[in-house]
Amino acid sequence: MSAVPQRAEQSAPAASHAATPYYRFQPFNIGRWIIWTLFAVVLLVAPLIFTSSLSQTMLTQMGVAIIVCLSYNMLLGQGGMLSFGHAVYSGLGAFLAIHTLNLVSKNHLPLPVSLIPLVGGISAMGFALLFGWVTTKKAATPFAMITLGIGELVWAMSLMFPEFFGGEGGISGNRVTGPKPFGITFGPQIQLYYLIAVYTFVCTGLMFAFTRTPLGRMLNAVRDNPERVEFVGYDTQKVRYISFVIAAFFAGISGGLAALNFEIVTSEVVSGYRSGAYLLFTFLGGATFFFGPIIGGILMVLAFVLLSELTKAWLLYLGLVFLFMVMYAPGGIASLIMMNLRVAAFGRLKELWVSYLALAVTAFITLIGAAAMIEMVYHLKLNAALGPELRFMGAALNAQGASSWFGAAFVMLTGLGLFEVARRHFARQWGEIQEFIEKEMKRREAL
Amino acid sequence: MSAVMPDAGVGAASPSFESGTRTRAVADTAPPYALELRDLRKSFGKTEIIRGASLAVNAGERIAVIGPNGAGKSTLFNLISGRFAPTSGEVLLNGHRIDGKRPFEINRLGLSRSFQITNIFPKLSVFENLRCGVLWSLGYKYTFLKFLADLHDANERAEQLLHMIKLDRKRDVLGVNLTYAEQRALEIGITIAGGANVILLDEPTAGMSKSETKRFIELIKEVTVGKTLLTVEHDMGVVFGLADKIAVVVYGEVIAFDTPAAVRANQRVQEAYLGSHVADAQAAAGGH
Amino acid sequence: MEFFTISLLNGVSYGLLLFMLSSGLTLIFSMMGVLNFAHASFYMLGAYFAFAVSQLVGYWPALFIAPLIVGALGALFERYCLRRVHKFGHVPELLITFGLSFIILEVVQLIWGTSSLDYRVPAALEGPLFTIYGTQFPAYRAFMMLVALLMLVSIWLLLTRTRIGLIIQAALTHPETVEALGHNVPRVFMLVFGGGAALAGLAGVIGGNAFVTEPGMAAAVGPVIFVVVVVGGMGSLSGAFIASLAIGIIQTFAVGTDSSLLGAAGTIGFDITPQTFGYALWKLKISQVAPILPFLFLVLMLIFRPKGLLGTREG
Repeated sequence: MSAVPQRAEQSAPAASHAATPYYRFQPFNIGRWIIWTLFAVVLLVAPLIFTSSLSQTMLTQMGVAIIVCLSYNMLLGQGGMLSFGHAVYSGLGAFLAIHTLNLVSKNHLPLPVSLIPLVGGISAMGFALLFGWVTTKKAATPFAMITLGIGELVWAMSLMFPEFFGGEGGISGNRVTGPKPFGITFGPQIQLYYLIAVYTFVCTGLMFAFTRTPLGRMLNAVRDNPERVEFVGYDTQKVRYISFVIAAFFAGISGGLAALNFEIVTSEVVSGYRSGAYLLFTFLGGATFFFGPIIGGILMVLAFVLLSELTKAWLLYLGLVFLFMVMYAPGGIASLIMMNLRVAAFGRLKELWVSYLALAVTAFITLIGAAAMIEMVYHLKLNAALGPELRFMGAALNAQGASSWFGAAFVMLTGLGLFEVARRHFARQWGEIQEFIEKEMKRREAL
Repeated sequence: MSAVMPDAGVGAASPSFESGTRTRAVADTAPPYALELRDLRKSFGKTEIIRGASLAVNAGERIAVIGPNGAGKSTLFNLISGRFAPTSGEVLLNGHRIDGKRPFEINRLGLSRSFQITNIFPKLSVFENLRCGVLWSLGYKYTFLKFLADLHDANERAEQLLHMIKLDRKRDVLGVNLTYAEQRALEIGITIAGGANVILLDEPTAGMSKSETKRFIELIKEVTVGKTLLTVEHDMGVVFGLADKIAVVVYGEVIAFDTPAAVRANQRVQEAYLGSHVADAQAAAGGH
Repeated sequence: MEFFTISLLNGVSYGLLLFMLSSGLTLIFSMMGVLNFAHASFYMLGAYFAFAVSQLVGYWPALFIAPLIVGALGALFERYCLRRVHKFGHVPELLITFGLSFIILEVVQLIWGTSSLDYRVPAALEGPLFTIYGTQFPAYRAFMMLVALLMLVSIWLLLTRTRIGLIIQAALTHPETVEALGHNVPRVFMLVFGGGAALAGLAGVIGGNAFVTEPGMAAAVGPVIFVVVVVGGMGSLSGAFIASLAIGIIQTFAVGTDSSLLGAAGTIGFDITPQTFGYALWKLKISQVAPILPFLFLVLMLIFRPKGLLGTREG
């Protein structure tokens, strides 16, 4: 082996694809072990810190969301396959899991409840073996359309077969059933949380390991240049197909866990709406880094549970955030973090804090103004019976009063103006720092 | 032992250079050509681009494929490597027919090619690019049960290649961040990674400066020792320095296939490049 | 016989509507390589704007104004959002149109609410055009077919007979060459995107009152037009035409057919009861299966002829 000095040990989150290789992640040199231990510790300790039942429910859902978003990113970030129908596999896994659970309840099957998610995984894998061959025949845009079509197919079928899909009311189950090894019944939420935590840790580990196998690497190669892959001896479709099936397996596990968590599965789990949510949040978290979807999954639960309570306009906000992300930060939140870590590694992050503060404050002002206006519109439309007055962040607004509107517009426009000023300053600074980094990299290379 | 050439010069009737005087019986027991094209034709819609090209290349030979722009050289490579299927005719690799097969099947049989427009894996590092090139040839196929870090033979081979193409210092640089010449070197590296015996290089030095070209040709010579090489080239200096034989492609046919000196004197070739008046003048002035 | 004729006529009008939508989608895809996920949302906007405008000035002006507004919005989106994302590749382009469809849905629900609108056929076009075999064929359906055909003929004329059409055709396959010749290709893109959106909007104007106008209408027709585009062959207008008509006619027939395998088995003497294995499948009526027919079509086409009916480009 040629002796190349200081080969950068890429730490776990930075994984296989697209991480710029030049930053030496000095603090994480013992790297991988620390990160994974930290991850395990966080999973163990979280419900002990956040003890309210709402938090524990959310943490449980986050574990499920992390698995499904990671499995989605196998397709999107690692394989370059944009799927609009991933919910088919997590959903079908959920349905088969809950039917199996009911079989266990009726004493037809002595399967411990903790293994039910595996049933979900295997059944989803079965469906992927079936649908996947047809789906992976094409790439890029036609692939997306095919996944959409199959998603709609399954969704429409869910209305046709109420015996399996449960019709309007869905299929219910009871997780406190079956053989109960070690006396664990999964009645209390916390027991279920730890089951999900174990699955989350193991699945995350397995999916990370996948990125370091020949198939995982060839999947990246297929994403980058499918034609070239054929010319190094690999059948591109087979690479995609096998990866598709593996991703579906993990999606099915996530579905099975969700079935246990909610003890009910409705046809909504195979809807296009849900597939869209996976896409949106995985992208938001960051498709180009392994840990991006973890962030995405956490955000998904926070948005669905907390944000939806906070404001009726949450879907609109989500859509707008997504739109801006696609335009200005297509690598997602993960890429923003990594870019800043890179700047930190070159020792220049401190200089940016004033700019960041300015950006944050001006953005906040703009958002307040915009949100005030959006909330007023929503209030007029949806809460008309309550009269035109509403409270917004501690201030009383009159949705039909010109002064409220004028005030909100004024705040927004001022904020926008100031934001633009801050942005230009920041862009200049950032550009200069990037130039510095480029020069520094060239200099180090020449050593 | 090369195929017999008809008279280079006036009246060369048939543009095909097949076995020549070899009889059928001898051909059955003689070692097969490394690469053979038999009356290859390709039409796109109604336009026939390749109009009956024939060629026979022995193992270990270095062939330069030259010809005017639009003659069909890249199309010929695409037909051989499986990017397109021929409309008719045969392509044989070591005696086995490969026409109509898919690129990965052809690659697995021992033929590899590079591209005129750089075709690497931009978001993978140089080392990863090379490793991807070796995985199949070492039998790892679609496995997801082994870690890349544990595949010692693949890693060693990739390191060897890295050293051969002299990109040691750029081991962990992403493909997209390399300079143009470095990308071309990586392109070659991926092409030879799988250990194929027949290598097709499509304008490997396109876009390079004179000094870069010189160095690159040395690199190509080093890395293709003992292999059969076909290169599409426009730079005549490269051609005469690198090739044992030259194949001239004009309007989709191979009109000459001979040593560089003989091709230079071939009247049909001169006509194709210079126009018939000049060619006649050359012949009349005693040029042979 | 009457069922056949009426269903055929209805199927053709539905198919023409599908073609109005998928032709715009195909044009945008052919030229820009972008599959506009928000295309069905433009359809929805057309219907809603037509409703709003017709409340103010009546239906006939709305027929012209609404598509123009939708077209303008499409052009603006292309100019300020899509163009930014173009350099990132095809996946971000698809994602941004997906984001747009999401936002349009929310805004529509915000302004007009979540229930269906009372967007009615104008009085002048109500009632039957003719009565055939005792069943009436609505005049409005005929009007829809007329508008669709007029629109398509004028698009065809525009593309093949005018200078701008020639430029668009050239830019469909070789945008860089056309730009090198001095034409403002980005502006052409904006025009085509806006034009496609306007076409979808017009489809919404005439379809919204014949079918239903509600926030779910985009999600109802969206996947079907994507199926049409893939089945017809990505980038092929004639393929989209055939596929639209085929799917329109087949689905209309299916919706009106109440027979099922159970009934068929009954006629040859097999008695299927709830205890029979697979009863859920046996008792399915064709009309219940109708919604999935386009997608079944898609899967079958992909298995047997992945290029599509008349496909020329790979996606």
